[in-house]
Amino acid sequence: MSQDEYRGDMLPGHTDFQLPEPPPVQRVNGRRPIPEKPAAPEPAAAEQPAPEVDVWDQRVADALAFLRRRLAGAYEVDEFGFDRELSEAFFHPVMKVLYRDWFRTEVFGIENVPSEGSGLVVGNHSGTIALDALMLTVALRDKHPLGRHLRLLGADLVFRMPVMSELARAAGATVACNPDAERLMTSGQLVGVFPEGFKGIGKRFADRYKLQRFGRGGFVSAALRTGTPIVPVAIVGAEEIYPILADVKPLARLLGVPYFPITPTFPWLGPLGLVPLPSKWLIEFCPPIPTAHLTEFADDPLVVYNLADQVRETVQATVHELLEKRPDPFGP
Amino acid sequence: MTAPPSVVVVTGVSRFLGARVAARLAADPRIDRVVGLDPHDPPASLLGLLEGVERIRADARAATEAIADLGAEAVVHLAVTSVPDAKLGRAGMKEQNVIGTMQVLAAAQGAPRLRKLVVRSSTAAYGASFRDPGVFTEDTEPRAVPRGAFARDILDIEGYVRGFRRRRPEVAATVLRFAPMISSSAETSLTRYFSQPVVPTVIGRDARLQFVHAEDALEILHRSVTEDHPGTFNVAGTGVLMLSQAVRRAGRVSLPVPETALSSGAALLRQFGVEQIGLDQVDLFVHGRVVDTTRLIEEFGFTPRTTAAAFEEFIQAHTEGSTVTADRLALAEAAILDGIRKAREAAS
Repeated sequence: MSQDEYRGDMLPGHTDFQLPEPPPVQRVNGRRPIPEKPAAPEPAAAEQPAPEVDVWDQRVADALAFLRRRLAGAYEVDEFGFDRELSEAFFHPVMKVLYRDWFRTEVFGIENVPSEGSGLVVGNHSGTIALDALMLTVALRDKHPLGRHLRLLGADLVFRMPVMSELARAAGATVACNPDAERLMTSGQLVGVFPEGFKGIGKRFADRYKLQRFGRGGFVSAALRTGTPIVPVAIVGAEEIYPILADVKPLARLLGVPYFPITPTFPWLGPLGLVPLPSKWLIEFCPPIPTAHLTEFADDPLVVYNLADQVRETVQATVHELLEKRPDPFGP
Repeated sequence: MTAPPSVVVVTGVSRFLGARVAARLAADPRIDRVVGLDPHDPPASLLGLLEGVERIRADARAATEAIADLGAEAVVHLAVTSVPDAKLGRAGMKEQNVIGTMQVLAAAQGAPRLRKLVVRSSTAAYGASFRDPGVFTEDTEPRAVPRGAFARDILDIEGYVRGFRRRRPEVAATVLRFAPMISSSAETSLTRYFSQPVVPTVIGRDARLQFVHAEDALEILHRSVTEDHPGTFNVAGTGVLMLSQAVRRAGRVSLPVPETALSSGAALLRQFGVEQIGLDQVDLFVHGRVVDTTRLIEEFGFTPRTTAAAFEEFIQAHTEGSTVTADRLALAEAAILDGIRKAREAAS
């Protein structure tokens, strides 16, 4: 306030003085101003008062019923192997701990994700292992009013690895190929894809938040063919979880993987190096790009390429905006 | 739609599917004559079925003449085996599948009155690769030549049918790609596999499986003879069972072993003639196989039982050997809840 603007009535003690209205409470970081009640109380509930016991009875009964259904095989799996019950009861709660408490994720623009019908969520890929894909899945479950499931399209390397392939399928992922993408979209699912692929997650820390090439734009032609809106999404935070300082190419070739990362903690600390650094995550969904009017251009390379470029630039610009919102990568 | 053919030749009548198809066609009043061709005599259990069927015991070479002489209007080629015969081994299997098909198709090509050709194929035609799409449609090409002997035979057989279609375009050729068949009575290596009390599976892999009920397979085969449905069709029950889920539903216990151990174990069993488990089965358990049946349902106007329903019927007929049944699990659950309640009452 300059000298000219000085007004006496703004001083406390004056009759017209009003306390300036506080700004509305805004969640600026993962910590809430008012502590919420924890989602799952600690099992050390022995000293809890008597009425709580019934809740625990219910929980034990539910857990036993779940166990019985699993052991008897009495659950449904869709044609891609997606196990909805297991995802909702096990995968999501586990990943949500990482999402909420470790990465303190904030989500913007969830209203841009379609409530019904298909959608193709296209994001930037980073973080050495594809944790960003998992966090995006949790974000949609957690923040979307309908709690939509994201069906991820993964590299075939994921499906080559035992155990990993089955976990991925049970969690709703399938191989990234046009037939599967189109099939999921025609059945009205929300499909998630990271067109940068290994180029994105395997890039060095020095190249962080620089989007890599977007492949051949296969995801665009699949969306065009089915008339599915494309929702670009920018994810900030995944670059810092395992910063790749160097990539040991000969070792990667020996192991048959796309890259062998050297991070400040891996492989020096052994298994401890697998703990992701607790960076602050921001996820923003951009307004959807409708494609229903472009169906006949699905095979037109110019249209496909331009649209892929548009998506890429949108994501890149949004990543920069988010980075400005988050001055400190490891801030609160 | 043309009238049903009056003379039908069925190959492979000494086996479960062939005998049943022949019997069903013979029972159809619209068909005058059903001739069964097979180099082997059917076992006594199938003889009763084959009463209305003229049987000709002939190998494929002799069959060439038979098909033309009989004035066949439809040929149903079912003499395709998925597992090698214990006596003849892989060589005999290939002889029957590949050379046999070649000769039957050559004969069919030379049969002037032929209007229909129905060939039994398998969903193994899609091969097994990690880059495969999750769901195969009829237009999906296999990504690599499969390592399983049966799958390779199937690719050869379908190749011959393509050649036949080019040379006799006026013949309605139907190729039916069957998922593994299952029913309360069918006896295949897969049904024997699921009947064991302890079922070996592959560590770290859980295949998506589909089955088709044997009765539904018969219905589809019957319709493709009496009606006109040219083209290639996937025949499977909709829906999916994971291998682990199927084992649990059957109340069996699964024993995960490394893939190499399973392959070599299967080779050992083959060696001793105990059970014929090929690499086809191992590949199925590693990769799984799910097909799209939209084309079948639209063209035939018939929806096969779902995979889960077909498997349920199989379980009901094979309850011996199951240990962890749904009933017992429900009892255990009730007992634990009861125990907790009692413990709490005792404490308070």
